[in-house]
Amino acid sequence: MGRSADRLSLILLFTPFALWIGLLIVLPQLGIGYVSLREKVGVNEFSFGLGNYAAFFEEPIYRNTLLRTAWISILVTALALIMGFPVAYYIAKIAKERSRAGLFLMCLIPLWVSDLVRAYGWILLLRETGVISTTLVSLGIISGPIEMLYNDVTVIIGLVYTVILFMIVPLVSTLQGMDDALLEAGYNLGGSRLTVFRRIIVPYAMPGIVAGCIITFMLTAGSYLTPILLGGKNSSWFTEQIYTQFITRYNWEMGSTFGVLLLIFTSLVVWLGLRLTGQSLATTVAKE
Amino acid sequence: MQSSKSLIWVFRAYVLIFFIYLIAPLVAAGVFAFNDSMFPSLPWQGFTWDWFFSASDPKVGLLHDDRLLRGMGNSLYIGVIVAALSVAAGTCNAFLFERRQFPMKSLLYVLMIIPLVIPGVIIGISILLMASMVANFLDREFGIFLLSLRPGIVLIVLGQFSFLTTITSLVIAARLQKFDIALEEAALNLGASRVRVLTTVTLPFLFPALFSAFVVAFLVSFENFNTTLMLVGSDAPLTITMYDRMVKVGSTPVLNAMSVVLMLGSGLLALASVLGQRPKKAQGSSAAAAMD
Repeated sequence: MGRSADRLSLILLFTPFALWIGLLIVLPQLGIGYVSLREKVGVNEFSFGLGNYAAFFEEPIYRNTLLRTAWISILVTALALIMGFPVAYYIAKIAKERSRAGLFLMCLIPLWVSDLVRAYGWILLLRETGVISTTLVSLGIISGPIEMLYNDVTVIIGLVYTVILFMIVPLVSTLQGMDDALLEAGYNLGGSRLTVFRRIIVPYAMPGIVAGCIITFMLTAGSYLTPILLGGKNSSWFTEQIYTQFITRYNWEMGSTFGVLLLIFTSLVVWLGLRLTGQSLATTVAKE
Repeated sequence: MQSSKSLIWVFRAYVLIFFIYLIAPLVAAGVFAFNDSMFPSLPWQGFTWDWFFSASDPKVGLLHDDRLLRGMGNSLYIGVIVAALSVAAGTCNAFLFERRQFPMKSLLYVLMIIPLVIPGVIIGISILLMASMVANFLDREFGIFLLSLRPGIVLIVLGQFSFLTTITSLVIAARLQKFDIALEEAALNLGASRVRVLTTVTLPFLFPALFSAFVVAFLVSFENFNTTLMLVGSDAPLTITMYDRMVKVGSTPVLNAMSVVLMLGSGLLALASVLGQRPKKAQGSSAAAAMD
């Protein structure tokens, strides 16, 4: 095959990639950046500046919604890690070879069920006329039905539920690669259980932990259904603000500003996470 | 192992509780489809198939609920198109990044992964905005009115395609990486043409990954909500129709019946994709799948 044919086939392979990334990712993202910088001053008249961003920082509701989303997302990520790690460790290291695949598949089942069905299931369990409340009343544990929806704890439980599998999957993959001899060596050298966990297991699992945390955090911060359905009207979730500005109020300038801010914020957290742990995007997220 | 017996039992109990937590909402969503009651809640009124098959009024079953069925039709249509497109583009990308050397390769590779870490809502608004700007420009400058650039199925396809292609590219590239290049060279030495080598040696080897990528893309597209919400027009896919119903009408057992159908459907497809590939691979693809 000649050099020119080689070149031609490279161009042919490169074209779909360039069109995809250029037209559907880079340009649209630049587009929201551009629109976020303009302000409507009249019909089809715009002025450019940082006015929308100033409006965001001046309005406490907007600001607090972002802070709240950020805070809950970080909390959910931490909870998912704490709750998911023992499960991942059990599947990867303690369970017998025979049951391992089965357990792993069981973990994946909810992954294939849409968010909507999962949130719907939680609503049926937790609402005032729901399964848990009715059961508790009929058992005589509580005197009247209680509403368990529409509060922060429920939103957090629901969010952890939605994202925890994305924590467990990378953790299991990483922990499965760990040689048991490492642990035995640690114990033989006199390490306590805590030392072995802290000095051997955690450092070994770090790529999995970072990958899991990034995915979990991104999914939580960008989630829409779970906080809206389980949190109700008062959920004050940032993606809901974006929807309201864009679709309900048709204020695309403000909506784009919110979009850019969410993107900057999530990228910042991901970048910080990668930086602090010395990992890169290609070695963590792409591996899954 | 140094872990004592009691610690292992603590582990087991914890894992059991965890699985109950995992499965409880799915059971709740499923079971009430068969409760002979107007509301998806306790008490249990007896078993019925009405919420699937009944045609008469107080209980209109799933098979006679036109809006839900239309939503499902739209979702299937969108899912198949998006999956086909993203597998095609993903295959090109896999060959590009596994087989070729070109300037700025590692930078472009990061660019390829980036759609996975952009929140779905933002992908949605950016595509909506871009399409509207192009449509307005064409309208203003040339008087061309393009309806397909307004919210609707075309935009949903574009929006979902834009992040699903990353997933399909990664799944297919992982398989291509395992391909022994000597097989291609042998075929070439035996006198086969490039095209023939591709269709008889390389693509059959890739087939399990192509199949798996197609299934994953289809499922993610079918279940996608965030990106779709921003781009939806009059032909709403199923997730949007169900969400509307939940918010406006409240929960009815028809939604539970739909949930049962969805769980069975995606369960079977997921099983097919796991069986289609070696288990190790399926794990990777499913993890990537969820990144919407």
